[in-house]
Amino acid sequence: MTAPFIFDPLQYLDPDGVVVSEPLPEWANDVATLIRLYRTMVETRAFDAKAIALQRTGQLGTYASSLGQEAIGVAMASAMTTDDVLLPTYREYGAQFWRGTTMAEILLYWGGDERGSDYAGPRRDFPISVPIATHACHAVGVAYAMKLRQQLQVAVCFVGDGATSKGDFYEAINAAGVWQLPVVFVVTNNQWAISVPISKQTAAETLSQKAVAAGIAGRRVDGNDCIAMKQAAIDAIDNARNGQGPTLVEAMTYRMSDHTTADDASRYRSAEEVDAHRLLDPIERLRRYMESRGLWVDAEERELRVETAKRVEQQVKVYLDTPLPAPQAMFDHLYATLPRALDSQRQAVIEDE
Amino acid sequence: MSEVTLVEAVNMALARAMSVDEDVVVLGEDVGVNGGVFRATAGLQERFGEARVIDTPLAENLIAGTAVGMAAHGLKPIAEIQFMGFIYPALDQLLSHASRLRTRTRGRLTCPMVLRAPFGGGIHAPEHHSESTEALFAHIPGLRVVIPSSPARAYGLLLASIRDPDPVVFLEPKRIYRMVKQDVADDGRALPLDVCFVLRSGADVTLVTWGAMIHETIQAADALSSAGISAEVIDIATIKPLDIETILESVEKTGRCVIVHEAARSGGWGAEISAQLMERGLLSLLAPVQRVTGYDTVMPLFRLEDRYMPSVDRIVQAVHATLEFE
Repeated sequence: MTAPFIFDPLQYLDPDGVVVSEPLPEWANDVATLIRLYRTMVETRAFDAKAIALQRTGQLGTYASSLGQEAIGVAMASAMTTDDVLLPTYREYGAQFWRGTTMAEILLYWGGDERGSDYAGPRRDFPISVPIATHACHAVGVAYAMKLRQQLQVAVCFVGDGATSKGDFYEAINAAGVWQLPVVFVVTNNQWAISVPISKQTAAETLSQKAVAAGIAGRRVDGNDCIAMKQAAIDAIDNARNGQGPTLVEAMTYRMSDHTTADDASRYRSAEEVDAHRLLDPIERLRRYMESRGLWVDAEERELRVETAKRVEQQVKVYLDTPLPAPQAMFDHLYATLPRALDSQRQAVIEDE
Repeated sequence: MSEVTLVEAVNMALARAMSVDEDVVVLGEDVGVNGGVFRATAGLQERFGEARVIDTPLAENLIAGTAVGMAAHGLKPIAEIQFMGFIYPALDQLLSHASRLRTRTRGRLTCPMVLRAPFGGGIHAPEHHSESTEALFAHIPGLRVVIPSSPARAYGLLLASIRDPDPVVFLEPKRIYRMVKQDVADDGRALPLDVCFVLRSGADVTLVTWGAMIHETIQAADALSSAGISAEVIDIATIKPLDIETILESVEKTGRCVIVHEAARSGGWGAEISAQLMERGLLSLLAPVQRVTGYDTVMPLFRLEDRYMPSVDRIVQAVHATLEFE
């Protein structure tokens, strides 16, 4: 196929929650859907603030915040089925929470415990991939397996803008195109790869145009517009499921936080720049829209905040109450059966009190 | 029972695995229509179809990463890297993902994949086609590294590697791909992983090796035998995890050990074997462990490669050094 070289971002709501493109998608008439999207974004943000507080008080390791980009993960996951497979990078908690990974699991992960990646809910989802873009190739393999078995499932892989500079990313979108796989690549373009702005990452005007080189569909979306994001997700995922091949979705957003709790973004970007993006907030935007339509009132907002705080606290308690793993746990999942050559080392770690 | 070469035995094992298990797929560069540059996958695509015998784009990292994704989602991929010289882009996937997926998800996701690659020198190949860097892979926790040295062991160990629930790097010594033929029954019988094969028993010295160097080592054992020296020859086959017990038992009997490998000396797998003998077998040793290896140089282009590779003479001399040690 020949993809067009035009990538005007898909947008339905402006930053004030005013509809700028009529009509809204049919599904957006369903109030329960909008509220669930909103609720998951609010929970993701509340979790995020709590995780940072835990790190600052020495109760969590280094943590990567998803502040300001909640709409992308939540909306993408909302268009997936349970049997689809998510391949996340760090910062996609919204997608993970929607799919049933728990806050306690994410805290365990950043709290230095492998059990945090043993998701009780989405058993086939991949754990968070820290090495940049490497999991884009895994998405190709997962999607290949789905297609081979005619499973009508879709793999959804998240990467950041920095990842598009890596060979892994190009190798993956290229192969996905060759094999016409049921996979969606979501580039969360938050404009910063730690301290490197997108202008130093690439001379390409957009990241979605990289789809053209791979011969796959590309689409640019206002990633802070939850309605546009969900519609783009539906289109890309439906196409993948229906045998129409892969899509590269570039979701425009902004990293409102430091890269991680170990970073200080004020060293490389101005407060003015960050403040300007505050006005584009995805949660505010959807709430203003819902309020303007009379779908959401103050009392509901207050109730949601209380419930959310309670849920986060309960999950923090699960995390903090989780006892340390036994030291030999480091051996117990290394292979299906521990080779004899490792018996003495396993014994040594047990005895080394 | 048919007489086959090592590479034909690889082909036979691949066909057998694909015919009994629909989840087995083969992927790599030129593995499909072309049947592989060494013919290891010849005829597989005709028999099992394009969907299961997959010509990939030319990207080794992709090949390994795709295999990780396939394996984690329930297939049993056998990925081919055309030559070990081009395996290094795949190293990231092996080190960062294949080897640790089971650990990091506490067994929720696993990685039953095989990554095959021909390796080693001695065939007058172009630059980057002759190195032996098995120790790089053997250093990685969570991987298995398996190296066959005969057609029968290629067949049985490859089947075992495919059936293994964890990732295996299966390195094929290409110098001996067609050196000898051997009767191998295509009976689907695997050989055990994680154990050494004692190829010849002896009383005076233990020769430990793997891959193509089996041949020089056996020749050295023959030469020593004519001189009245009885050498035990061990093919370690699965270099990681290492079956040190078999080597220790042998050294307890012989008191001397010479390790032979093509790879560069420092940090080669011989160093690990030697260290473990020191830790656990010192009192059995009558002489220091000797290593006969490639040099710590860049593998020379082929006008000098014979001078780089361990020779029968160098092995025999090393054995004499252990015998004459006082």
